[in-house]
Amino acid sequence: MTLAVVPPQNSEPVFYVVDEHEHPEGASTMLGFWIYLMSDCLIFAMLFATFGVLGGNYAAGPAPKDLFDLPLVAVNTSMLLLSSITYGFAMLAMEKSRVGAMQAWLVITGLFGLAFISIELFEFAHMIHEGATPQRSAFLSSFFTLVGTHGLHVTFGLVWLVTLMVQVARYGLIEANRRRLTCLSMFWHFLDVVWIGVFTFVYLMGMLR
Amino acid sequence: MKTDTHALQPAPDAHGHGEHHAGGSRESYLIGFGLSVILTAIPFWLVMSGVLGDKQLTGLAITVLAAIQIVVHMVYFLHMNTRSEGGWTMMALIFTIIMVVIGLAGSEWVMHHLNVNMMPGHEMSGMK
Repeated sequence: MTLAVVPPQNSEPVFYVVDEHEHPEGASTMLGFWIYLMSDCLIFAMLFATFGVLGGNYAAGPAPKDLFDLPLVAVNTSMLLLSSITYGFAMLAMEKSRVGAMQAWLVITGLFGLAFISIELFEFAHMIHEGATPQRSAFLSSFFTLVGTHGLHVTFGLVWLVTLMVQVARYGLIEANRRRLTCLSMFWHFLDVVWIGVFTFVYLMGMLR
Repeated sequence: MKTDTHALQPAPDAHGHGEHHAGGSRESYLIGFGLSVILTAIPFWLVMSGVLGDKQLTGLAITVLAAIQIVVHMVYFLHMNTRSEGGWTMMALIFTIIMVVIGLAGSEWVMHHLNVNMMPGHEMSGMK
């Protein structure tokens, strides 16, 4: 919208732009995505709080010591940590516009993520097979909700990763794809941060209970 | 009066928009990864070997190590600093941390007292 201010004399009007100026496309995406991550962080915080309150209520059922296999959790943790550093290398390759190297690092990241999900599903299946289902006790309900929500996030991260690899293969490293890859990198590293809380407060603290 | 054409155009580079998310270097990623490996290995070792003996002490140690590792991830992987996006990411983070601390500490506090007071054997008459 442009406002014309009619000057007192019969001279030409002066125009001022009163609208906000144009933002370049995607200029606010990073901040917006960061705020999404923070809201996701609140979801996880509430799930952690629920687990913190209910984590000791076994209802005479299995306790963490009967269920958790720490070496397996350590392997799982290293999978996620390795996927974080390989995504970092993918971002470095992206900054140098080396598409091939970037796609290769993304494939490795995806494989580590897939390994993480597979190990987690194996663990869940093992627990459910032993009768430690989410219905068994408040501890197990809150455990499956918290760890399952994290696992779902990683799963959707993998779907997003594959989508972006197809995008880059079809359209190359255009500005929009760079922006999307940066968002996914933040998402991926954020999930690793949440996992620090999971392995510390769910698995390690569980073994100490 | 002359028409001021400049008034129709935004001032060049008046805002820090379009600035690229500050990425890290290979070194910073490797430093972050190295620190993370150490900060992950120590708590697993502490719990699996039980070297500290005392469970509360071990719990405190792994909590501190987790907090340090979260900061390491924030700095080296998420490239958090006070300058990106004009400081708004840091503001959002601080706000979130406050909410998380209130949510976690508040839940634990309230529910712990509720549990203690509902414990069998604790009659209401026995309480002050």
